[in-house]
Amino acid sequence: MSTTVVEPIPRGTLTSRVGRGLWDWFPAVVVFVGGIALWEGLVRGLDIQNFLLPPPSDIVRTLWTERETLFGAGWFTFEEAFGGFVIGCSAAILVALVLARWRILGTALMPYAIAANAVPIIAFAPITNNWFGTLNQLSKMVIAAVLCFFPVMVNTLRGLTSVRPQQIELMRSYAAGEVEIFRRVRIPNALPYMFTGLKVATVLAMIGAIVGDYFGGSQDALGIQIRRQAGIFAFTEAWAAILVASILGILFYGAVATVERLTMRWHPSARGAAE
Amino acid sequence: MSTASVVSLRGVSKEFGRGHVQALTGIDLEIQPGEFISLIGPSGCGKSTLLRVVGDLIQPSGGEIVVNGKSAEQARVDRDYGIVFQDAVLFDWRTVEKNISLPLEMMGRDRRARNERVRELVELVELKGFEHHHPWQLSGGMQQRVSIARALSFDPALLLMDEPFGALDEMTRERLNLELLRIWEQSGSTVIFVTHSISEAVFLSTRVVVMSARPGRIVGVVDVDLPQPRTAETREEPRFAELIRDVRQVLRKGGGTEGGEPEGEEELIAAEEKL
Repeated sequence: MSTTVVEPIPRGTLTSRVGRGLWDWFPAVVVFVGGIALWEGLVRGLDIQNFLLPPPSDIVRTLWTERETLFGAGWFTFEEAFGGFVIGCSAAILVALVLARWRILGTALMPYAIAANAVPIIAFAPITNNWFGTLNQLSKMVIAAVLCFFPVMVNTLRGLTSVRPQQIELMRSYAAGEVEIFRRVRIPNALPYMFTGLKVATVLAMIGAIVGDYFGGSQDALGIQIRRQAGIFAFTEAWAAILVASILGILFYGAVATVERLTMRWHPSARGAAE
Repeated sequence: MSTASVVSLRGVSKEFGRGHVQALTGIDLEIQPGEFISLIGPSGCGKSTLLRVVGDLIQPSGGEIVVNGKSAEQARVDRDYGIVFQDAVLFDWRTVEKNISLPLEMMGRDRRARNERVRELVELVELKGFEHHHPWQLSGGMQQRVSIARALSFDPALLLMDEPFGALDEMTRERLNLELLRIWEQSGSTVIFVTHSISEAVFLSTRVVVMSARPGRIVGVVDVDLPQPRTAETREEPRFAELIRDVRQVLRKGGGTEGGEPEGEEELIAAEEKL
């Protein structure tokens, strides 16, 4: 008989789980509230000029009064970031699959990929503007896509190739071919690695889109808003635009992290998080 | 020689690294249906290599291998082998049930047939109630039982086991030894079992094949005439102690039971498989 006792996974009622979840977040919330209060207090207490650092209350007020322009611009730039994310990540995953299948290609191409990664991609923004048109969202998508490509490709490739040799032996003993080994072992094994890359890519895509805007673009773009407001010393408006960019960036990251958690309920890391 | 052999090895040899390491030399062995054969010997004697050569996971450098009247490769393609490693090698993203049914899925059995077979196996290895657990929720002994159930799922003619209980504590190991004998009797399959433990080899086997290192070779075969079925009391019989002494003597004659520096057989195998 199985005499080994395995601890059941703690479940609890919904309310007790929500309660535990809130308690886990408590220290982070304290830090957040404390940080904002300190900022507000210092700016007011030391009478710091608005153009150097506006108080959070001003920024939030501007965010509210300018909400239509700001969130409109935010959405425009988010489209650029998301488009770039989809293009860059799809290409990265495809390339990783090809390199994992034909290792010799990986050996031949990896040095160049690493060298290419060292190139400051953002420097190409004026060039892509020239290629696809300054007002065209595609010119920013390309920058975002190139930024996303490398971390996703490298992580996915590592996941596809870091399979235990015995897992492959086992599959071969079932007379599995390469396609079946990919489908049943390499790809599921790569998922946690791939999601690590995708989460990094959300941040890079937002950076790519906004900095791409800085080099010229539509008046609807968030990067243009930030640059223009700063140019006319409307720093509170610039800060509010940055806040919009941050909110969108965090939501983007959170969305990918949620997909990750839903996809990988089987993963040991889900033990604490999901239950 | 008998034509009814399940496995017939004649003059099998294996060199690693362009002949620098003579992992196996002049291996002759006939295994009859329903036998339980243990391979025992010091580190580097090539017992794991021999197991993999039989299972067509490693190509021999010389000699002839016939499995069920065909080549080892054909036997692998026909799915004549069930393999169990020292690590359970379960797939984290699959539940116990899905791990056991993996070979059946790959053979295209329909869902009803799979579920039925999984139910039988879960009872056989006494894991009822754990069907929907993930591997990381099980103890080492339970994981290994899942691995055994998976190997048995498609009724392979030959069960290849590479130190399956080597990583388990003594008590779990003795219990699983008894379970394995029960499973072997019920399934009627032929087993090749690699182990470091003399008492385990004697307790389980119908024949113990004693190997020696540098070069890896067979130095003797001990027939185990203990009555079947074996029970926990078998270990107390005087004949059990005699047989252990016999195996130990053959090992000593072969040279270097203890103190043989590890040849890193695992690494050689891993290096070979990358090619």
